Amino acid sequence: MLVRFFLMLRAAGVPVSLTEFLALLEALKARVGTLSVEDFYVLGRTVLVKDERHYDRYDRVFGAHFKGLEQAFAALGEASVPAEWLRRMAELTLSAEERAKVESLGGFEQLMEALQRRLREQQGRHEGGSKWIGTAGRSPFGAYGYNPEGVRIGQDGSRNRSAVKVWDRREFRNLDDSVELGTRNIKLALRRLRRFAREGAAEELDLGGTIDATARNAGWLDLKLVPERHNAIKVLLFLDVGGSMDDHVRVCEELFTAARTEFKHLEYYYFHNFVYESVWRDNRRRHAERIPTPEVIRTYGPDYRLVFVGDATMGPYEIVQPGGSIEHWNEESGATWVGRLQRAYPKHAWLNPEPEDRWDYVPSIGVARQLLDGRMFPLTLAGIDRAMRALNAR
Amino acid sequence: MPSTRFQGTERYVATDDLKMAVNAAVTLSRPLLIKGEPGTGKTQLAEEIAGALHRPLYEWHIKSTTKAQQGLYEYDAVSRLRDSQLGESRVHDIGNYIVKGRLWEAFMSEVQPVLLIDEIDKADIEFPNDLLRELDRMEFYVYETRELVKARHRPIIVITSNNEKELPDAFLRRCFFHYIRFPEAETMTQIVDVHFPGLKRELLKEALDAFYRLRDVPGLKKKPSTSELLDWIKLLLAEDIPAEALRAADGKTAIPPLYGALLKNEQDVHLFEQLVFMNRRTAR
Repeated sequence: MLVRFFLMLRAAGVPVSLTEFLALLEALKARVGTLSVEDFYVLGRTVLVKDERHYDRYDRVFGAHFKGLEQAFAALGEASVPAEWLRRMAELTLSAEERAKVESLGGFEQLMEALQRRLREQQGRHEGGSKWIGTAGRSPFGAYGYNPEGVRIGQDGSRNRSAVKVWDRREFRNLDDSVELGTRNIKLALRRLRRFAREGAAEELDLGGTIDATARNAGWLDLKLVPERHNAIKVLLFLDVGGSMDDHVRVCEELFTAARTEFKHLEYYYFHNFVYESVWRDNRRRHAERIPTPEVIRTYGPDYRLVFVGDATMGPYEIVQPGGSIEHWNEESGATWVGRLQRAYPKHAWLNPEPEDRWDYVPSIGVARQLLDGRMFPLTLAGIDRAMRALNAR
Repeated sequence: MPSTRFQGTERYVATDDLKMAVNAAVTLSRPLLIKGEPGTGKTQLAEEIAGALHRPLYEWHIKSTTKAQQGLYEYDAVSRLRDSQLGESRVHDIGNYIVKGRLWEAFMSEVQPVLLIDEIDKADIEFPNDLLRELDRMEFYVYETRELVKARHRPIIVITSNNEKELPDAFLRRCFFHYIRFPEAETMTQIVDVHFPGLKRELLKEALDAFYRLRDVPGLKKKPSTSELLDWIKLLLAEDIPAEALRAADGKTAIPPLYGALLKNEQDVHLFEQLVFMNRRTAR
């Protein structure tokens, strides 16, 4: 019975290994807890789950396994509904007359089947429209919609949770994230850019220097100290925010967190769609506190490495035309400004969160790639790796 | 033989699942990794375990420059070199220059000790990997003296992390894990009771209401935590603020007094004041 539980946990994506499973058996043998279900639930979680992001999956598997709801679990696993949608439980809200209308679609059973099929078909988040699951649409599935036989997914509503078991409360739902790029991996990729230099207070023994000085001193010890090595790389990060970048917020946040801890000298600025004559630092006050791009160029020397992060997905005129910006009138084209930045920072790269195979279908990405002379890389681990190599070259 | 069951102490309120996690880790002598929001008493847990089970406590606080080796031992080659110049006799025994680290000290303890490795995520990303064998087998090798140091009693190891860095899988596999959730109002009442016995019911209720209201403000950079709540109540008592002052007329338009103790971030204070201001305007 426990072996099945273990396998189900693995199938649900909780990274448990045999070591942990044996530890659980050991704990059960040692009678750590009493023999109640609640104790077993907590004990199992302590031993098997190593990250609070997986608590929710554990709760789901536990509920399914110990209630005989294997069917529902299998369905969930197959369709893999994004965690974002599950944040609020899918619930069915039907009045008597609406229920009659559901019959027009062939009844509840069929509706749920159709939902599963569609979940499998649909890949991303969606708004509007009349087929895909999303918000504000007319499809039978989604939130805030118009279809009376709709299944509500992820819409606020009061739920009575007074009589649910711990694992059914699923309180760790919003801690679950299934992003492939963990910050740890990104950090390891960013490490490629490390270049150590000795700066600051002298605190490490310089062995070679000491031997040399001692020998000159006729054998009397003369200690020499040197500063400890630091990562001396300086990075200037330009991040695209808003608009089409909303889909990539998570991965950009991760990149940013990783970069923040990995580089001592990290300066960051935001832009919208493309770089023009000004950028900003605080996204909440983006209209009030703008910093002229020339000032950025004056402030940070050419030893900084410049990294753009953006999807470069827009109308091509936003790049090449003066006045092309969708937000304001720009005297000079975005291409001119990027050219200036490129000349100021010979070591530069562009990370693009759009998948690389889609680049050819977006004309503006083509334009940007030409501008950058091929120094555009996808925002994946391999892509970051290549970008770091490009930044280190020369 | 002292008791081996941890039940919380009179100064520390432990939830049932936390007790279970601690007892599992103690019984099977595996390291226990504790995560949770700052200020939920992660570090204090080790002290309380040591106190409750009557074990000595060894604390190893990790900084960004800490290396795994420093927890085991350090070889002070420089003073040995200097001593040799001065012709001291102790220079012949290399053991005189081996400085024991916290882990070694804990291994040498006469009774089973509690070892706290605090804020492991502060250290370099490779730090946990360097401790795998030590935590697994509870032994390490001193190369200078060719000596194998083995723990007399496997210490109860409590490791805390603030999630600044992800920990490697191989390390996680050797630990038990518990995430301390932010306490609910009920548990919070118990916690405050433990710290301020005899606090007026009324004041406590109003303070907790104001506190949870503040935590619910969307977009706060740093939500106030348990330790901030305790500080704040201490201040309220010192200033002798009556419970009525905390009671908001309609729940949203009042700024709690001395809120500087709860909000530690200039932007948060700013955001909060703006929200209150907006609410007042709409209320009018």
